[in-house]
Order: sequence, then C-alpha cells, then structure tokens
Amino acid sequence: MIVPKFRTLAGAGVIASAALLAFACAKRPSSGGLISADAAKAVYVAPGSYDEFYAFMSGGFNGQVSVYGLPSGRRLKTIPVFSQYPENGYGYSEETKPMLNTSYGFIPWDDSHHPALSQTNGEDDGRWLFINANNTPRIARIDLTRFETDEILEIPNAGGNHGSPYMTSNSEYVVSATRFSVPVPNTDMPIADYKKGFKGQISFIRADQPGKMRVDFQMLMPGFDYDLARAGKGKSEGWFFFSMYNTEQANSLLEVNASQNDKDFIAAVNWKTLEACVKAGKAKSTPASYVHNYVDEFTRQAHSETITSVPQFAAKDCPGSVYFLPTPKSPHGADVDPTGEYIAAGGKLASVVPVHSFTKLQKAIADKAFEGEIEGIPVLKYEATLAGEVKNPGLGPLHTEFDGKGYAYTSFFISSEVVKWKLGTWEVVDRVPTYYSVGHLTIPGGGTMKPNGKYLIAMNKITKDRYLPTGPELTQSAQLYDISGDKMKLLLDFPTEGEPHYAQAIEAKKIKDKQVKFYKLADSKAAHISRSEKETGLSRDGKKVHVRMTAIRSHFSPDNIEGIQVGDTVLFHVTNLEQDWDVPHGFAVMGAQNGELLILPGETRTLQWVPRKAGIYPMYCTDFCSALHQEMQGYVRVSAPGSGVALSGITSRGPQAAAKAEAGPKQKQ
Amino acid sequence: MPKSARIFVAVAALLMSAGFALPLWRVDLIAPQYPEGLGMLIRVNTVEGVKEQDLNSINNLNHYIGMKRIEPDAIPELKYMTAVLGALIGTALLVAAIGNRKVLYGWCVAFSGVLLAGLYDYWKWGYEYGHDLDTVNAIIKIPDMTYQPPLIGSKQLLNFTATSWPASGGWALVIATALVAVAVWQSVRRTPVSPGRVA
Repeated sequence: MIVPKFRTLAGAGVIASAALLAFACAKRPSSGGLISADAAKAVYVAPGSYDEFYAFMSGGFNGQVSVYGLPSGRRLKTIPVFSQYPENGYGYSEETKPMLNTSYGFIPWDDSHHPALSQTNGEDDGRWLFINANNTPRIARIDLTRFETDEILEIPNAGGNHGSPYMTSNSEYVVSATRFSVPVPNTDMPIADYKKGFKGQISFIRADQPGKMRVDFQMLMPGFDYDLARAGKGKSEGWFFFSMYNTEQANSLLEVNASQNDKDFIAAVNWKTLEACVKAGKAKSTPASYVHNYVDEFTRQAHSETITSVPQFAAKDCPGSVYFLPTPKSPHGADVDPTGEYIAAGGKLASVVPVHSFTKLQKAIADKAFEGEIEGIPVLKYEATLAGEVKNPGLGPLHTEFDGKGYAYTSFFISSEVVKWKLGTWEVVDRVPTYYSVGHLTIPGGGTMKPNGKYLIAMNKITKDRYLPTGPELTQSAQLYDISGDKMKLLLDFPTEGEPHYAQAIEAKKIKDKQVKFYKLADSKAAHISRSEKETGLSRDGKKVHVRMTAIRSHFSPDNIEGIQVGDTVLFHVTNLEQDWDVPHGFAVMGAQNGELLILPGETRTLQWVPRKAGIYPMYCTDFCSALHQEMQGYVRVSAPGSGVALSGITSRGPQAAAKAEAGPKQKQ
Repeated sequence: MPKSARIFVAVAALLMSAGFALPLWRVDLIAPQYPEGLGMLIRVNTVEGVKEQDLNSINNLNHYIGMKRIEPDAIPELKYMTAVLGALIGTALLVAAIGNRKVLYGWCVAFSGVLLAGLYDYWKWGYEYGHDLDTVNAIIKIPDMTYQPPLIGSKQLLNFTATSWPASGGWALVIATALVAVAVWQSVRRTPVSPGRVA
C-alpha cells in the first residue's frame, strides 16, 4: 500500500486508507521533500573526473550486479553473475558456460539480492564482492581487480538462498540462510507434512580463499523462513544474527497464515561455538550433491565440479550455539550497529523498531532468562534482550544501516520513507520521503564497523511518475541522499538496471588503482591459445573442427576458412593478441545460435558453432576496435557433408596449411 | 692539468657510468586515444617501453603507416654501445690519473667524436624508421608524409605528438660532458699561470 503524503510535491498517485494517511501525516514533519538549489552541484562530477564512491547494486531479477559511481549515479558496468550476458558472451562462450552449471544442469538466469563486500578488521577492503542467487541457491564471488565473477558455489539443502551472503569482520565466512524450508534431504512428500518433514538450514561458507569456497558446516534449524542476516562485530564478534518469519510454519497463503504470531525471532548464532563443535566432530559428513564452479586464473577457463557431501548437524547438537530472540513481527532486517552492541530489527508488520542489546543478550543467556525452547533452541524473554524500541517510526520497517556517528537509518516500505533515529535514546530525529516504497537502503560501509556517513542510497520498488513513462513496465530507480548534516537531503534520483535490491558502496580509492588492465599473453595457459599469428591453425577431430585464430587491430588470422562441412561442430578459439588497456575484440559469425565472443586483450575465448546449411558465412569483429574495425572481417565456407574441400585457413599473407592430426588438448569444461 | 680538472674528469667518468643503468633518451607519444601516453626508453643496450607493453603497442600502431617493427635485437649498435661507454669511462679515469693536459685534449677530441657519432647514429635510425615505409602494405598512406621522431623537441605525427628528450642517463652524460669542458677550460686557462694559485 502506498501512502501519498507528499502529493503536492511529488504529484503522486493516490490510494490510501484514511487511517494510514492520518497516522503518517500526524507523525511526519515535511522535511526533505524539497530539493535544495545546490543539490545539482553536489552530484555533478565534471567530464573526465571520477566519482568518489563505487556502488555495487544487485540487479534483482536480472541476476547480475551493476556498478555505479556516486554521487553522480552514472552506471559504469554490468557484471554478469547468475544470468547469461550476450553483451560479453558470459554463459555463452565455452570458457564461461560452466559458471552457470548447477546440480539441476545449466541455468541461464537467477535472482540476485544482497551484495556483500569482503572485510578486513570490520572494514570493507575492496577485494571481493559476494552475492546470493535466490532461486537456485548459490553464492558468487566477484573479483574486484577484474570486475568479473570468479566463483560460484551452490548451497545444498536450501530452498531460496535469501539470508545471504553477509560477511564476517575478516571475511572468514559468508552465510546462507534458507528462505524456504524444504525436506532435508529433498524428497517427495505431501506439502501438508510441512511441520513434520521440512527443515530450515543455515550454512557457513568459507570465503577468504579465492577459488576454494566451500560449505564449512551446515546447521539444520526449525522449519521456518529465514530472511536476512548480519554478522556481529566488535563486542559481538563471533556471533551472527538471522531474522526469520513464518514461525507459524504455514505452507500456504503465507501473507495471512504467516502473519499470526505477535513475535517471530531473530536467531543469535555463535559461530565460534559452532566451529568448536565442528572441530569436536559433531558435524556429520552427509550425502548431498551440489556444484562448485571456478575460473582457473591462468587458463581463464571455468570448471564445474560436483561435491557429494556436506558437514551437517542439528542446532541442538551444539549446545550454546543458537538462541532465539522474540522479535515483532515478521522481521526483515537484523542489523548490527558499528560497535556490535545493538541489533535493530525491521519487523515488516511491527509498529515499533525493536533494538536488542548484545550486552543484555549475554546476561540473559547467563541468567537463563528463557521463556521456552524450540527443537532444543532456547527462546529468550523479549524484555531480557531488549535495549529499546523506536516508537511510532513509520509503517513497514525493513532495513537499518548506520552512519558511525550514533545514528541509525531505517527504511519504511509502506510509509515510503527513510527515518533517522538516535541509538541509545531511540528518538526519531529526521525523516525523508522516498519515491516510492523503499526496500533496502545503503550507506557506504553502513553495515560494517567503519561507516562513511556521507551518503545514503534508497532503493525503491515503485517509480510511478518519477521518470518519462516507458509503457507498462517503468524504470527501476534509486535515490541518493546527503546524510552528512543533521537533516537528510535528497540529492538525486537515478534509474537502475533491474531491481536495485540492495547495494554496497565503497570509497573508490580502495579499488580503482588495483585494476587489471589486460591479460599477459606470456602468462596465459589457455588450452587453445595462439600466442602469435604463426601459432594459428585448423585441426579436425572427427566431426569436431578446432579453429585457432588471433585477433589484432584490424584483422583475424586466419580470415578465410574452408573445409567445414554441414554436421561439423566448429570451435573458434580466438586469442586477442593486443597487450594494451581497452582494446577488446569481438567475434561473431552468421547464424551462430550461441551469441558472440568479447575477447579481452591477452584472453582466449571459444565460440561453438554448428552450421546448418552449406554456403558462405561472414564473420566479423563486433567491438569497435580501431579505425579499420569495419575491415576486420572474413568468411567461412561450409560445404556439403563428405565434400572434398580441404580444411584450410588463410590470411592475405599467404595460405596456411591445415595442421594435421594435432594432438592438441581436448576441450575442457 | 690542474688538480681540480683531474677531479672533474674523474667525476665525469663516474657520472657516465650512470649510462649503464639509466635510460639515455626518451620518446613520448601522446594521442587522443592515449591520454596516458606511450613511451620508449633508449638504453645503452636496448630499447624498451616506458610501461611494459608500450613498445609492443607502438609497434602495433606503426603497422598502420607501414613502419618496420622496432626490434632491439635488430639494432647492432646496441650490442657494442656498452663496451664503447665502458671504454670512455676507463679512458677518462686514465686521463685523470695521468694528469697530462695534452692527453686530456686528445681524449676530449675522441670523446666528442664518440658522442657526436652516437647522436648521429640515433638520428639516422630515427630517419630510417620514419622514412623506410612499406608503401605496399601500409594502411595509412599520406603523400610526402614521413614519421621521423625529432632528436630533441616535439613534433606532430598524425594523431600523435612525439616528444624526444634526454632521459636521466642522458642528462648524466650531458653533465659529464660539461664537466669535461670545464676541465679542458681550466687546463687551458691555467697553463700559462702559476699552478699554485687557485682562482
């Protein structure tokens, strides 16, 4: 439901219940809706100048990550992660296809929600970005020297990887908390047996070893819906906090049936205790089947391996590791402040924002201030852990971040606003409208021990009248606020790709000088590389033809290829011989059902092509590489099966003999 | 030969030894597409890029105008320039040790000859690269256009501004040459007067 409080300012559409409108108007001074005259100056980044921050925004249901500059809101790049990306051949080239392999086979799409930057000593360090796939549960690691997805780990026994990835203070772990409880192991059973047979699950994934992500241990939990999470830090280092809903354990019409209990829970999980339990042998190696995909650094070939077991135990088998904190009501965010003392909950249907105290939590555990137990997990008394409640904050609290100056900022979906409140006194000090219906919000470092309280990004779910209309489907959008002063100031609306579900923002200086500019040909171990035009060649292996080609401004070598027959599978292995920044080449051939290649300098990429009819097929460079880019073209001749045309490839410098019976390495995946 | 002149020649010899380690000359190329610039360093025994891949990039660009690839291995001078520089340094030290002004004058003539020959040779390589173009396979052919980089200074070559200047090792040689000149001047000036007085 949308409450149009700033109708005159925003010209917003109108639907609201009178009660909500009255509530909202009574509570809200009209601040922040006006754009101050110097907002334009605050977001203007002159041509040729750089933004101060990178923002990494999930693309939601486009499955990718988009990179923006702040404060300008300019989009810099889309990093393909969980979805195929025709623009650069991700998920189409033979080298990248294995990245999208899962235990369900090749999956071309997913839904990416929560990016998490790697941390050192509780501070974003700019090495890697992790992000979850919701639909087919996975976590990806993106390398920030190359802005490229390097690794994807599937999560076994999960159903919707929503409470993920979230990061510990020294990048030890990212986590996966299942949104859907499912039978573990997953088997055919009546859905009505939910309470009996469905299990929740929280996994801790080792994150600090590139190329070696693994599920270190998996904890079976009661069959609730696990939502979001945040690692403890400082005082609460060694703990993790997970929100959950549907403690009613409904399996149908959750909007009603999972909204019955006054309080659901935040789970406080002591991962150091869990580690000790694993070390003591309490985790059982349990059969499972899930994949780990990673890019080999030197061949740049992705590999997919199947893992067949997971270390697993029930929460109750590791006493003292998990406690439930009653929290109103279907909480979304479970957000830890920079000191680690406070855990703010965004109860979607709650009328307050409750804040738990870590100190009180420790005392409540010591005092055994329990009100019950669920599957062996102690449930603490609400009052025993409560530090305070932010009263009458707004409607539909979702997610809180911090500015490091003693304030918290909570997004309110239903009343469509960001509310600033003070830690310790719990008083609301400012509020600004969002246009419209903000979900997550992001402050650079706002979930870490070292926030940079300069900007806040609100990621909105509805844009309605904010931009030129584009038919039934409108642009998605984020908004930038200046939070450096007492009052929040709206600076900028900027459209985003896909749903900007959540974001991470980081000072550009932590990333920009570490960029890889090209891949060194001399270091490449790509199986089908041609390090020079002399190393190019063609070879036939039954119905499979390998074409090793090079691309350099402004020609392919070879650029005339003959001897292909209908029924052949042709593998074009194209090496970009350039050794300079910003000189990619593209490769496309007519009728290819598999997209194009974008080949970065020093890289070898492979396109599989199965021509269906005899004839002449043009091929060309698709990335405008040079003054004679248009001349960077050639032909492939495809003959009828069994024709006598010899396999050959030439360039204008003279014919190249077909390399015969080459014992080249087989195509690896 | 006054003592100070001997010291100057010895110091000049030491300065010249910088030429073993430091680049002698530098050519910078800047174009709209290369705001960060491409550059070449001419060392006593090789030619290399300012950045690791610069020479490769320059060669790749030069194929547009039909210029030959700049391959250090194909430039014979680079194989014996180290020995020439070593000989200059060794003989300079000898001159300082001997302290005879006539030996100094003789050596100075030879030294100047070697320097001029070196500069001429460098200019000539630039001339040949800039003029000996593959007119059949060149992609960009502009009548009467040649691509010789300047010996010193700047010149516009199509979209590139080429700037050529001594590099650190080259400046060491320039200073060494100046010191030798001072030593010669002192030797000449002091010869008629009493060697006991120092100006």
